[in-house]
Amino acid sequence: MLLDSIKLYCRYVDISLRSQMQYRASFLIRTLAHFLITGAEFLGFVALFQRFGQIKGWTLPQMGLLYGIISVAFAIAEAVARGFDIFPTLIKAGDFDRVLLRPRSAAFQVLSQELQLMRIGRLAQGLIVLFWSAEQLDVHWTFANATLLSLAIVGGACLFSGLFVLQATICFWTTESLEIVNCTTYGGVEAAQFPLTIYRPWFRAIFTFVIPLAAINYFPAHAILNLRDVLGSTPLIQWLSPLTGVLFLVVCLQFWRFGVKHYTSTGS
Amino acid sequence: MKAYLAILSSRFLALLQYRAAAIAGVGTQLFFGLVRVMIFDGFYRSSSGPQPMTYDQVVTYIWLGQAMLALTLLAVDNDVAVMIRTGNVAYEMTRPVDLYAFWFARALSGRAAPLVMRAIPIFIIAGLFLGLQPPVSLRAGLMFIVSAFGGLLMASSLVALTTISLLWTISGEGLNRLALPLIFFFSGIGIPLPFFPDWSQPLVAALPFRGLIDTPFRIYLGHLSGQAATAAVLSQLAWIMALVIIGRVTLARGLRKLVVQGG
Repeated sequence: MLLDSIKLYCRYVDISLRSQMQYRASFLIRTLAHFLITGAEFLGFVALFQRFGQIKGWTLPQMGLLYGIISVAFAIAEAVARGFDIFPTLIKAGDFDRVLLRPRSAAFQVLSQELQLMRIGRLAQGLIVLFWSAEQLDVHWTFANATLLSLAIVGGACLFSGLFVLQATICFWTTESLEIVNCTTYGGVEAAQFPLTIYRPWFRAIFTFVIPLAAINYFPAHAILNLRDVLGSTPLIQWLSPLTGVLFLVVCLQFWRFGVKHYTSTGS
Repeated sequence: MKAYLAILSSRFLALLQYRAAAIAGVGTQLFFGLVRVMIFDGFYRSSSGPQPMTYDQVVTYIWLGQAMLALTLLAVDNDVAVMIRTGNVAYEMTRPVDLYAFWFARALSGRAAPLVMRAIPIFIIAGLFLGLQPPVSLRAGLMFIVSAFGGLLMASSLVALTTISLLWTISGEGLNRLALPLIFFFSGIGIPLPFFPDWSQPLVAALPFRGLIDTPFRIYLGHLSGQAATAAVLSQLAWIMALVIIGRVTLARGLRKLVVQGG
């Protein structure tokens, strides 16, 4: 059954990729635009670090580690979970009815709709920053901390995918996608690029306990950089924290199932 | 002239219908503005060295940027894009109007409507609660209005230009997509332009994009005043004229080679 699902997923992805490649020039331009706009943003931060030197004790390469983890994780989630991002169009057109008739779970079908390849623009930019920081930092790279870094990225990709699922689930009730949810995805990326200690406590609490982005980059980064966390996290928390992202996704998928049960068709 | 004013006001009123989207947008922008403010707060608390702007000036610059974000998000005119794709653009050419002025008027209303809808609530909320300060003087305030209007004209001329470029690329991609990162970087919406390295300032000043928001904002703050302010506004005007001329020439060329694909 699992093997069969993987096969089917690959087939969906193959179709999605081929359709994206029909507009090759358009694909290349969009990918390049993604690369340039995230790159421009980072160059802006470089300019700020040149003026200010550091932010609350964090240097540019240290912040680059936070930035790299979040960017790469978000790019993966954007590419993979894109189906949930475009979910409102399914609901509005009433096409979700058809999804429910097929002998696969709704989540699986929505996920398989599209693998958006142009997100490799952001992915490439994030990886460049990550590798640059890894090289600049005074970190002794071992198997252990490299694994933690990879887990942090996977956990982050799960967490952002969970947010996309959440955003899609809300559509069962609202039909429209709520722009305000972008505060948690795009806004979360924006906020988590910097160490959480620069934010006000209430804001920090949101991104620690409600949408646990801190668990994705802030806590693991302390273990990788061998820093003492002023917020008081212990090494155990720092090593286990990426799992929070996986947990978050599981909870969001439960909520999604609840949403599917409550779905009433728009009928159009 | 009447025809252009008519299209301007009717499009403007039509776009004002999207109020719910605008309200949602205001919430998002307040959030992003808040994050930006806290980031700069973190930087200013970390260094006591001299900076090109004071913290209060940066906060005001950020809120002005959120209020007037519409001037930096230059999407092509979707209706015209569809017309070009379907071939209906042929009808546009039969109208007894100057096509550039017609499209410019559409672009102007397309920028002005979201600008007005988002700017007013953000000015009020940020002004009352979030540290947006009033203009440094009455004179600066008046000049800000002039220059902000210049920014609106510049945004419209850039939209018109990218729309015209569709006559070549058809798919609606290309110039517009690649212009966005440039505008993001060099308009000041990403990082306020005074924070760019000193060596890059002549380049930043030579490009048109600072005329979108940076020039009006710095006049508002008193960061540009007197002769420097006048010079910046004049350069803004010169760029608007240049962009309009480039747009007109490109449009004339595009129409000459235009082959309508039937349908």
